[in-house]
Amino acid sequence: MEYGVQSIGRRGVNFINRTGGLFILFGKFIVSLKDIPRSMGLIFEQFYIIGVKSLPLIIIISIFVGAVTAWQAAYQFKFIGAPLRYLGHMVGKAVIMELSPVLSALVFAGRVGAGIAAEVGTMKVTEQIDALDSMGINPIRYLVMPRVLACLFMVPILVLFSDFIAIMGGLVISVLGVDISTETFMSGFRDSFKLADFRNGLIKALVFGLIIGLVGCYEGFKTSEGAVGVGRSTTTSVVISCVLVLVFNFIFAIILFRL
Amino acid sequence: MDKTFIQIENLYKSFNHMPVLNGVNLNINKGESIVIIGQSGCGKSVLLKHLIRLMEPDDGKVFIEGMNLSLLYGEQLVATRRRFGMLFQSAALFDSLTVAENVGLGLKESRRFEQSEIERVVAEKLEMVGLSGSAEKYPAELSGGMRKRVGLARAIANNPEVLLYDEPTTGLDPITSDIINDLIVDLNTKLKVTSVAVTHDMTSAFKIANRIVMLYEGKIEIDGTPEEIKNTDNEVVRQFITGRAHGPIQVR
Ligand SMILES: Nc1ncnc2c1ncn2[C@@H]1O[C@H](COP(=O)(O)OP(=O)(O)OP(=O)(O)O)[C@@H](O)[C@H]1O
Ligand SMILES: [Mg+2]
Repeated sequence: MEYGVQSIGRRGVNFINRTGGLFILFGKFIVSLKDIPRSMGLIFEQFYIIGVKSLPLIIIISIFVGAVTAWQAAYQFKFIGAPLRYLGHMVGKAVIMELSPVLSALVFAGRVGAGIAAEVGTMKVTEQIDALDSMGINPIRYLVMPRVLACLFMVPILVLFSDFIAIMGGLVISVLGVDISTETFMSGFRDSFKLADFRNGLIKALVFGLIIGLVGCYEGFKTSEGAVGVGRSTTTSVVISCVLVLVFNFIFAIILFRL
Repeated sequence: MDKTFIQIENLYKSFNHMPVLNGVNLNINKGESIVIIGQSGCGKSVLLKHLIRLMEPDDGKVFIEGMNLSLLYGEQLVATRRRFGMLFQSAALFDSLTVAENVGLGLKESRRFEQSEIERVVAEKLEMVGLSGSAEKYPAELSGGMRKRVGLARAIANNPEVLLYDEPTTGLDPITSDIINDLIVDLNTKLKVTSVAVTHDMTSAFKIANRIVMLYEGKIEIDGTPEEIKNTDNEVVRQFITGRAHGPIQVR
């Protein structure tokens, strides 16, 4: 049995180790970028696996995110007596600034981050990473760089899709369920649209992608103890990336969207 | 012929405070075929991994032609590792790649060969291990012994100067074992490859070795020619090579 203080101490040390480890991996990732030209095949393969294959899921969640945002906003507008012509404004802002980047990132962490941790973790425990090293192939270049790059580029692109589709979802619900016209919704949306918000949403997405890719690889590399360890790494990677995404999202809110 | 190629000096390694290597000293000469024997769990695989720095020693050094392996970085380390080929105990094939891609990966990533050249080498090495028909299969579709042989083909693909074999014949039938033994002997005698093999299989050990060492309790217990090993009166060694449950070695 561990005593409380020991347990807190151990957690503290783990936290510091992990933070340090993530920074070191980030540094190695940056260094490995010099090998992008020779690794194009590997990179495009990951773009496909990580990005294109995530698209259907992102589309589905985006439809429902947009729809429920419109519905709940309309419900609140009716409650406080606000005019419904602001519905497009409301849905547009909520989706572009928060919902689409954050929810896409969380879903992405569950799908892709977990997948990376499981794949790299399995390679670790089955000595495939040792095998790469033994052949003089740098696992950072061969495994980490393509995956992290793919996350880095694909999350913003997916968020772009998600923005568009969620707003469409909101529009459809507003027209069918709330009974306002397409023109009313779109003019509300257009009047409030700021390029800066849109850009900030994509900057966030870029950072979320980086976090998810790095955490997935890091947890994968740290895996030990066979199948149980792979399961543990997978779970840990999802938990840590989700928490980090939400923490960074809050930090971004303070920096990018000044009151 | 007797030039020291790999020098292992006072190597210590423990896991979770459990000592595994406890001061290993061993010199491996160029062109030699050395077999490391020892009980399961005594640290043979761990020792092998130290030779190409897949593990870092807690204490002690490994020298490759006089260069301290722990001090090599980046390109130097890569260049040194490329002089070795390693067959892993678990084969450690890349399961997202086909057999042919597994064997050719090192050549491809070294960027020193044309695609056609790589294909030729892959076909040749697969032929040597008797797996020409399985080039397009994935590792998951192979039997354990076939995987081992693909691992061997991969290890020899870039014609390394040193081969590290971790239990090359485990899981193979006696006939295939003998083919692999012949292959190891051929590589050693014809191509002058230095080989370091770990095995439990004493038939194989006596066939491929010009020198046998036994790892026991984290140290080299004996070091001699196969003849010397056969005729030793060291009780530990005798118990091991004759395979008796009772004797000085305690099975934990
Ligand atoms: N990565 C690791 N983490 C923790 N302990 C390890 C690790 N690798 C090896 N060990 C421990 O080191 C000891 C030696 O392991 P090693 O794999 O070298 O044995 P071996 O001599 O190759 O045995 P076998 O003949 O069964 O393959 C074992 O007790 C094992 O538990
Ligand atoms: Mg072993």
